[in-house]
Amino acid sequence: MTTSLLTTDARTKKRNAAEARFKAYGLGAIIVAMLALVILLTSVLGNGLSSFQQTFISLNVELPEDKLDKSGVRDISVMSKVTTIGYAPILRNALLATLEEQGIETDLSNKEISNMISKEAAATVRNRVLGSPDLVGQTVQFDVLASGRIDGFFKGRVTMESAALDGNTSPEALEIAQALADAGIMQTKFNWNFFVWPDASDQRPEAAGIGVAILGSLYMMLIVLCLALPIGVASSIYLEEFAPKNRWTDVIEVNISNLAAVPSIVFGILGLAIFINFMEFNQSSPLVGGLVLTLMTLPTIIISTRAALKSVPPSIRDAALGVGASKMQSVFHHVLPLAAPGILTGTIIGLAQALGETAPLLLIGMVAFVREYPAAFTPESGLFGEASTALPVQVYNWTQRADPGFVERASGAIITLLVFLLIMNAVAIYLRRRFERRW
Amino acid sequence: MEDMIQMDRTMSTQQDIKIEAKNVQVYYGDNHAIKDVDVQIADKTVTAFIGPSGCGKSTFLRCINRMNDTIDVCRVTGDILLDGEDIYDPKVDPVQLRAKVGMVFQKPNPFPKSIYDNVAYGPKIHGLARDKTDLDEIVEKSLRKAALWNEVKDRLNAPGTGMSGGQQQRLCIARAIATAPEVLLMDEPCSALDPIATAQVEELIDELRQSFSVVIVTHSMQQAARVSQKTAFFHLGNLVEFDDTDKIFTNPQDPRTESYISGRIG
Ligand SMILES: Nc1ncnc2c1ncn2[C@@H]1O[C@H](COP(=O)(O)OP(=O)(O)O)[C@@H](O)[C@H]1O
Ligand SMILES: [Mg+2]
Repeated sequence: MTTSLLTTDARTKKRNAAEARFKAYGLGAIIVAMLALVILLTSVLGNGLSSFQQTFISLNVELPEDKLDKSGVRDISVMSKVTTIGYAPILRNALLATLEEQGIETDLSNKEISNMISKEAAATVRNRVLGSPDLVGQTVQFDVLASGRIDGFFKGRVTMESAALDGNTSPEALEIAQALADAGIMQTKFNWNFFVWPDASDQRPEAAGIGVAILGSLYMMLIVLCLALPIGVASSIYLEEFAPKNRWTDVIEVNISNLAAVPSIVFGILGLAIFINFMEFNQSSPLVGGLVLTLMTLPTIIISTRAALKSVPPSIRDAALGVGASKMQSVFHHVLPLAAPGILTGTIIGLAQALGETAPLLLIGMVAFVREYPAAFTPESGLFGEASTALPVQVYNWTQRADPGFVERASGAIITLLVFLLIMNAVAIYLRRRFERRW
Repeated sequence: MEDMIQMDRTMSTQQDIKIEAKNVQVYYGDNHAIKDVDVQIADKTVTAFIGPSGCGKSTFLRCINRMNDTIDVCRVTGDILLDGEDIYDPKVDPVQLRAKVGMVFQKPNPFPKSIYDNVAYGPKIHGLARDKTDLDEIVEKSLRKAALWNEVKDRLNAPGTGMSGGQQQRLCIARAIATAPEVLLMDEPCSALDPIATAQVEELIDELRQSFSVVIVTHSMQQAARVSQKTAFFHLGNLVEFDDTDKIFTNPQDPRTESYISGRIG
């Protein structure tokens, strides 16, 4: 009996059903993953995009000589005796004057008026005045930061209802803010300073930025790149191309694979013990952070470099040796160029991992509150020895704070971090495409 | 008197002997892959190694330019003399040896570089060219010898890996002869090629005989008969028979050779 090709037999049906099921599982897994990604991105973007915007009040500030310069001859040492507390009333008066000018009635107390302006604003004005003492006695226009609550009002975080329960602001203050915004005096605009400013204290989320964190992360990435790449690539080449295959190299190989799986916090403990307690490098310094991240990244780079070297066909090595190249020439002229895309990709992925790493940095004190930009080198603290913080640690730090303004800041920092990671991965993909050669 | 004639004959053959293997043993770990091989390979002739798969043809060929050094478990004993010098002497640097003894592999393996760079690489690392014009000349000469020049002279900068299999193999031959070797080893150079490309390479081998001593491993007896003057038959690691090619194919002395060439072992 011959079977017709037009009817599928039971076996084929079963096989097709299994295949269809398998495809469905795969598709399901991908959908779940995509969904998780979408939720993550919407939540982060929803919370964080507003951190790139900030509310400013445009004030004409009268800088009275009798308050700011008792000497009358613009003597900086006398002028700097006036602290930021001395500048606060000047700003308040400027705001009151503006309200009057605009015909906005208010029965708010002086304190409540002051609360509309960021505490950072007085410091900004003071620095400006100390920078150019000639301004004293004049009326100067300043774009000063509105307080976090007012800023939150324009971003939808603070509402009339929540303000009624809030000790730091009130519905009346919000109404005034709305009136000022209508008059064009209060504006919410793009805030480049978020990427430049250092961290700010608990009461002033509106003044907090990720400048120090970006700088610290950058320093650490430099250290990781300069140490992990050459060490990792050199040891991979040695292990893969030169080392005899024996028990010792097997042991080393197993250990490297295990190192890659060691929880990152363990590297933090190691860093604390070796670099801070034993070698006495500065706590919280990018140097220690970079060294710890280097240790962490090395196994990743070694494993990916070895995989890249392994994937170069042995016939290329034979070809080079066959024309009389030495081992070293065959590796550096032929094998390494072919493995380079893989090595670069592995390195960038290792760097991206290091950039997002938090736990070991907490242990070596990078969670400290740092407002000074760390210098790359100072004679006292050495190379990369000044206290700093890092992007992921800054995120962790801000999520711990009470003021809801910091949630926005943390999300903004996460977005920045994600953008950096995205750029790095894009570069990895580009490099791989660009340099990949077929044989 | 007879002694004198005997002396004379050995003297005259000795002049032509390029490679002499004495009592060569090769082990891969515990696997005794080459057993007691003695062979004399003459200059300016094509010598073919034939035998069933796994009998050690490639292994023995790779002993001649010490490519076996790259295999950790491989151990070679006995003497292999090139022009009377022991190539396994500790003073010999295999890198120098390989410039003298070129090799062409079973699968065409051009570098993923331009055609020009493929051929120029050997001369460059051995410092054979004084300047660019010198190098250009070497490249052209090698490509001409490999019967490839006319096909590629207009695209020397095109990648070597983008050519057909036969062209790639001829490029590999050009690359091997660019370092001006004295011996050319070829391990089944045509096994990955179609019949037309095979015919071209065979023709080429016959021409190369003018300048080099060529040793070719082949699994095709017809090929051995076509291109070689001397044939060595290997079986299970032993060199069973070594003689003039026509003698091996018409009048083999050993029963194993006979059954192999008549297709009974394979
Ligand atoms: N790299 C190697 N490692 C271990 N054993 C090998 C290796 N290469 C060849 N051999 C062994 O040596 C013997 C001869 O192999 P080979 O010289 O490749 O034979 P042929 O080229 O005649 O087919 C075989 O038994 C093979 O298993
Ligand atoms: Mg073989």
